[in-house]
Amino acid sequence: MDSFSVLIGGKAGDGITQAGSMIAHLLNELGYRLYTYVDSPSLIRGGHNYVIVRAHRGRITAHRDHVNVMIALTEDTLERHHWRLKQRPVTVYDNQTILAASLPSMAHPFRTGIPVKTILEHEGAPSVMRNSAILGALCKAISIPWATLEDVIQRYQPKQTELNLRVARLGYELATEKLLIDLPAGGPRPVMTGLEATGLGLIRGGLKAYAGYPMTPASGLLHYLARQAPRFKLKVVQPEGEIAAMMMALGHAYAGERAAVGTSGGGFALMVEGLSLAGQAELPVVVVLGQRTGPATGLPTYTAQADLHFALSAGHGEFPRLVVAPADVEQAYAWSTFALDAAWRYQLPAIVLGDRTLNDDSQSFDWDAVPRLPRLEPRLWDGVPQKSAEDVPRGAGAGTGAAREVSAAAGVKKAAPIAYKRYLFADDGVSPLAFPGQEGAVVKVNSYTHDEFGITTEDPELTVRMQDKWNAKGFALAEELDALQQVYVYGDPEATQTLVTWGSPTGAAREIGELTGFRIVQPVVLWPFPDRQMAEALEETEQLAVAEGNSRGQLARLLEQRGFAADGRLLRYDGRPWGVGELRRQVEEVLA
Amino acid sequence: MSAGADKKPAGSAKLPALRLATYAKNTWCPGCGNFAVLNAIKPVFQQLIAAGTRPEDIVLVSDIGCNSKIMDYIGVNSFDSLHGRSIPTAIGVKLANPELTVVVHAGDGATFAEGLEHTLFAAKRNVDLTLIVHDNGVYGLTVGQAGPETPPGYRGRSTPYGSWEEPFNPLELLHVAGASYLARGYSHGKELLKRLYAEAIAHRGFSVVDTLQVCVTFRNLYDYYNERVYELEGHDPRDEEQARAKIREWDYRSDGPVALGTLSVRDRPVFGDQFAEYGPGPVDLDVALEQAFAELT
Repeated sequence: MDSFSVLIGGKAGDGITQAGSMIAHLLNELGYRLYTYVDSPSLIRGGHNYVIVRAHRGRITAHRDHVNVMIALTEDTLERHHWRLKQRPVTVYDNQTILAASLPSMAHPFRTGIPVKTILEHEGAPSVMRNSAILGALCKAISIPWATLEDVIQRYQPKQTELNLRVARLGYELATEKLLIDLPAGGPRPVMTGLEATGLGLIRGGLKAYAGYPMTPASGLLHYLARQAPRFKLKVVQPEGEIAAMMMALGHAYAGERAAVGTSGGGFALMVEGLSLAGQAELPVVVVLGQRTGPATGLPTYTAQADLHFALSAGHGEFPRLVVAPADVEQAYAWSTFALDAAWRYQLPAIVLGDRTLNDDSQSFDWDAVPRLPRLEPRLWDGVPQKSAEDVPRGAGAGTGAAREVSAAAGVKKAAPIAYKRYLFADDGVSPLAFPGQEGAVVKVNSYTHDEFGITTEDPELTVRMQDKWNAKGFALAEELDALQQVYVYGDPEATQTLVTWGSPTGAAREIGELTGFRIVQPVVLWPFPDRQMAEALEETEQLAVAEGNSRGQLARLLEQRGFAADGRLLRYDGRPWGVGELRRQVEEVLA
Repeated sequence: MSAGADKKPAGSAKLPALRLATYAKNTWCPGCGNFAVLNAIKPVFQQLIAAGTRPEDIVLVSDIGCNSKIMDYIGVNSFDSLHGRSIPTAIGVKLANPELTVVVHAGDGATFAEGLEHTLFAAKRNVDLTLIVHDNGVYGLTVGQAGPETPPGYRGRSTPYGSWEEPFNPLELLHVAGASYLARGYSHGKELLKRLYAEAIAHRGFSVVDTLQVCVTFRNLYDYYNERVYELEGHDPRDEEQARAKIREWDYRSDGPVALGTLSVRDRPVFGDQFAEYGPGPVDLDVALEQAFAELT
């Protein structure tokens, strides 16, 4: 078989996620490309966890609903996932917890059971090692060489490696071979979650600080960056809450260090006042926003795409922003770097909008699939005293040619000369940056409406000019983006039946495009909206459907606002991601 | 960084003619206690600069309220943040560049109401910041509502029949949370304010000077304070027992004597120092990234 899915299920607390990750490592060693779907409820013990590891020769970025290999540690797993079994599945099971009667040979023609408890007792191993036994059995069952498992355990099971190996060996020996899988050529590839890819992209973009308060599905970024902190000299802080995280990031930005925050909808709600401040004070920051099912606490560990309009419009007042929604690890990597660069180039907040599926599921990383995006440089102050058209020289006493602000308060005689204006007016709205500590600069940023120097003002004319300055930055960003590919097209680009989607469902949609020949369109930049590129991508479409993970069709509404009305909407809001087969059935119903 | 009152050139009132003023028009009420804070902090900055601190390395972070207009009146780096959020903002600034001298100006509403969580966590973390609380026990700029330090019975627009809540003792709270420098000043008494601000800035860690700063328009407490304040003598702020006793002496509710001066000083590890242990960071970012990718393979 050159493509198959393995499901492992059991009780929360049984190390199912860890076992899934070991299976992924095994298949990665063999040269497969992987997609790992993790389903774990928001609890520590009990409940049902499962992982589907999908392996393929080619690139995949979605799971499939049906599985070829099922690993059952509990009866529960068999009952819940019976519907997923393809014809002639392989079943690897613990024959001391599951009765043979639960495995009718019609449904489970190729089954191999091992006595997990006896194996553990024989080796004097703790119960957490049951997964090593079952991994051994899996390898035998689907003909993965023992040496591969030995290597993977040695690399990824650093604790009690010898004991784990002995347990695995017994599992391997007691199981029987049921299926011969292919061994694709090519070595292992990096396998990572969307958050790990985002973290690496931010680091590549020059990230120096990250502030995060734990919240699913963003904690993975906090964990990853905390672990990477020494290598990349990152200041990773877990403060008292999301408000503090956002404000700290803005403090870093003011002082010249690139910073990001990460959270989910509830935490982002708290950060929104800071987002507005980033708009007013023109401070760059990247918000990694991981969507989960809401509103409020919702389904903490399940996915959604219901915060699109929240991301587009969060914050009081009007200010420009960048919103990107990567669909896979390669896009997450490239667009996170771009988001940080763009935030600094245009001095505004950028939101990297992901979801539980993209953020926490892991995928093979393919360098060939990384979008090629330019690196943007910030506009820095050159140290030459600045002068505005508004400035009127006030005589020789003004210092070494420094511009001197003239204000209504002409009575102030002792005012220091001004060499640097943090908010100097410019055609594209982008003022040169200087940072505290920089020779000759007094850097004043302000949450109040302010003048060019950063001094509070309530002047109506200045108020308008500042608003226009911010708007100009948004237009300049849109222009810069227009030169880049912001809308991706998959499937048959000539097809007249088109499915538009965004974020993680793109993975399944792309595969459907390849299988069916529909045109699949994915805007990765959602604001400033890529009108021109979307129009091009939709050219000669006769039937347009939109698929997304919310109940109200948020992208469909946005498209409609921009002049692209959809004929059909595929909406999923049960917290679960689409598998390829399920989405295909629904797409074929709408695009008939 | 250790430039404080002790480094002031002996007997010299003459400081370099450094212009720390801006062109902004001052809009505080005549008699406002904020003038004392402004007139105390500016010479402290001038002392710091005279002792070698670069003016470019001074950063003021302010909050919201009349007090925070101080940003507009001093020609140094400044970040006027959101209400209650000046402290986490300042923490970010300081972590980004530990060479900076970061001073926060915020009112009692910001420090003890809207942003109390941040104040307590700054004390817990012991970030090297100085917090100057403009404590007037009332919301001035929003025209006179009761605040966290307003006593019961106060009649303002939000409490026309008298406020109900008791104030808490903010210094006791901060002491418990771990603040490593705590002092109290009063807007009648610029010389003491100068000494306390200089000390607080020189102290390495989270330093708080609760400045009883009178709002002449909405809550004029000059007479009240004048009858009750006294300057501490023979008090050892490094003695935990003495410090606790002096902090508790006036509870911000009853009419006890109000001690002014340095109440408590502790040496505690400073948050942010841990990042210095990471060393210089990657020489070649691409190589380090390659290693990170390899780890995931």
